Amino acid sequence: MMIDITEGAFARRLLASAAILALGAATITITPAPVLAQEELNALVWCDHTDPALIEPFEQANNVKVNLKEYEGTGAGLSIIDQSRPGDWDVLVIDGVDVQRAVDKGILAEIPADALPNADIFPEVRMEPNNTRDGKTYAVTEKFGYNMVSYDKTKVDPADMKDMSKLWSDKYKGRIAVYDYYLPMIGLTGIDLGKATASLTDADLPAIKDKLFALKANAKQVSDVVSSQTALATGEVDIVFGGGEWLTAGLVKDKPNLDWVIPEQGAVRWAQSIGVMKDSTKKDLALKFVQYIVSPEGQARLATSSCYWAMPANAKAGEKLSAEQKTALRWDEQADYLKRTQLYPIPSAELDAKMQDAWTEMLQN
Amino acid sequence: MAAHSLEDVERRKAWGFVAPALVWTIVFFVAPFLFMAAMSLWAQQGGSIVRVWNLGNYIAFFEKDALFRGLTNSLEITAIVTALSILLAYPLAWIIAERVPQRFQRTALILAVLPFWTSYVVRSYSWLLVLSRNGVINQTLMNIGVISEPLELASNRTATVIGFVHFFVMLLTLTIYANLVQLSPNYRRAAADLGANAFQTFWHVILPLTMPGIMTGAFLTFVLCIGDYVTPQILGGNNELVLPQIIMLQLGRRADFPMAAALSIILMLAVTAAYVACARWLKIERT
Repeated sequence: MMIDITEGAFARRLLASAAILALGAATITITPAPVLAQEELNALVWCDHTDPALIEPFEQANNVKVNLKEYEGTGAGLSIIDQSRPGDWDVLVIDGVDVQRAVDKGILAEIPADALPNADIFPEVRMEPNNTRDGKTYAVTEKFGYNMVSYDKTKVDPADMKDMSKLWSDKYKGRIAVYDYYLPMIGLTGIDLGKATASLTDADLPAIKDKLFALKANAKQVSDVVSSQTALATGEVDIVFGGGEWLTAGLVKDKPNLDWVIPEQGAVRWAQSIGVMKDSTKKDLALKFVQYIVSPEGQARLATSSCYWAMPANAKAGEKLSAEQKTALRWDEQADYLKRTQLYPIPSAELDAKMQDAWTEMLQN
Repeated sequence: MAAHSLEDVERRKAWGFVAPALVWTIVFFVAPFLFMAAMSLWAQQGGSIVRVWNLGNYIAFFEKDALFRGLTNSLEITAIVTALSILLAYPLAWIIAERVPQRFQRTALILAVLPFWTSYVVRSYSWLLVLSRNGVINQTLMNIGVISEPLELASNRTATVIGFVHFFVMLLTLTIYANLVQLSPNYRRAAADLGANAFQTFWHVILPLTMPGIMTGAFLTFVLCIGDYVTPQILGGNNELVLPQIIMLQLGRRADFPMAAALSIILMLAVTAAYVACARWLKIERT
């Protein structure tokens, strides 16, 4: 008997078996839902908070389990909160320039000002307009760094890296990775054009867009943190524009050929803040966690977290960092760095959308 | 009356059997889809979602070249990947089905799908290391003197296509192999009796009979490839964006769910069009 393989039943079996194989092969990420046990704390964080060396001392000291969920991008973080039940989350780590978005949504609790070591925070990163509203504190800066130029000093002329405009020159064509985040990169490009990040408007976008298009033409790739880091470490590129100590410092021990610099034109400064969720049922414990994170000990551990290194906001963390760690973080040069850098642009929602459109056009160009 | 009752009982029983699948489909597919479709007709203004029905997101998709190119890039890459995967998978499936002794066929199949066992992300990063300037390919070619400067193999469309093809050749090999081993040798004998040579037998008999296997694999390749974010993100170097990358871009910072939903609906329409094109061979409907 011959089998007519064009019969529906055969095709169905074939499709079903192939679909099962395909689905089985797909990577399924199961994210554990926040567990609301009595001694547990649920924190929505950036990847640097997931280092056990940072979290375990707090857990042991307070006999508590901290459940961490990491996210990338404020939009993604806020939508996780939107999809959660009130009280699911106790602590939120958020981009410093987006704290006001969280305040607008009414998801952050007021933190008593005297509960935080404000006097110990570097004045330039206290960021009161961002972390407070109407005199009430909703978050505190915990870590900061710079989007500048990371490079392999054995392959490029370090003197060239001090001049941002060199990144548009033929000399480095095809040797640059551009960090894939439009906010700092538009800020950096604006700085190269002599425009302050705080005063960027729609009218500046055409010139910035032209500059970005030229940058893309000169770059090898536009990539996220991991891909940029990999490209620099493996020699795929020699420069990461928009990189900085957060991208390079953790690698320097094994790759002493890597370095970073703030160009003469300047660079942008990023900062991340931490706050207590308004609907948390464990606000005291959540505040205790925030206090631990901004304490000198917590700050030293956060600054040298396995995910990425960057400057602690609390100046007293210097007492807890080793000389080697401080050297890697360029501790002694911070006064100069802070002076020469500007905070990320904080665009209105409309300008933000236009900036994203400009970035998308650049990527597709 | 009794017959009528029996009919009612049978009908209720039938609904009882169908109900779990129906509820599952409604809860996990129909309802989310309708919600996504509704979301695509809303707008994001001033950082908030405004629930006013409009076609603004779809109009923006067609008006903004950067968004529309996401779809054309996706379609181009998917077409190339599907064609290349078929060309590579068919001979491999044929060798396993026809040339490898039957007792070794299972082992050969396991070897063919071995890369499935690795994480998709790890596999993509592995390709990045293989294709990079200092990667295995460039270093080998330079060491044996074939090239003096490294080839630009990574962070472009070629790299994306290579990463995809590596994955989908395995899938297509399975569907084509499953089809080939079902074929009776009598087809070949009959073709030979009628004077067909090997090529004619393949072209006029074997190939048409293996079209269901090819098209099933091609359809799955299309669906998985056009919706994939990881491979283009890791291997493409963002030198061009495919539609899933543009969808992600809407969500990452600005959480523009209405635009992301509209783009997702467009992606679904592309998949539906592919299904309609392949339906003749897939024969999902009852005959």
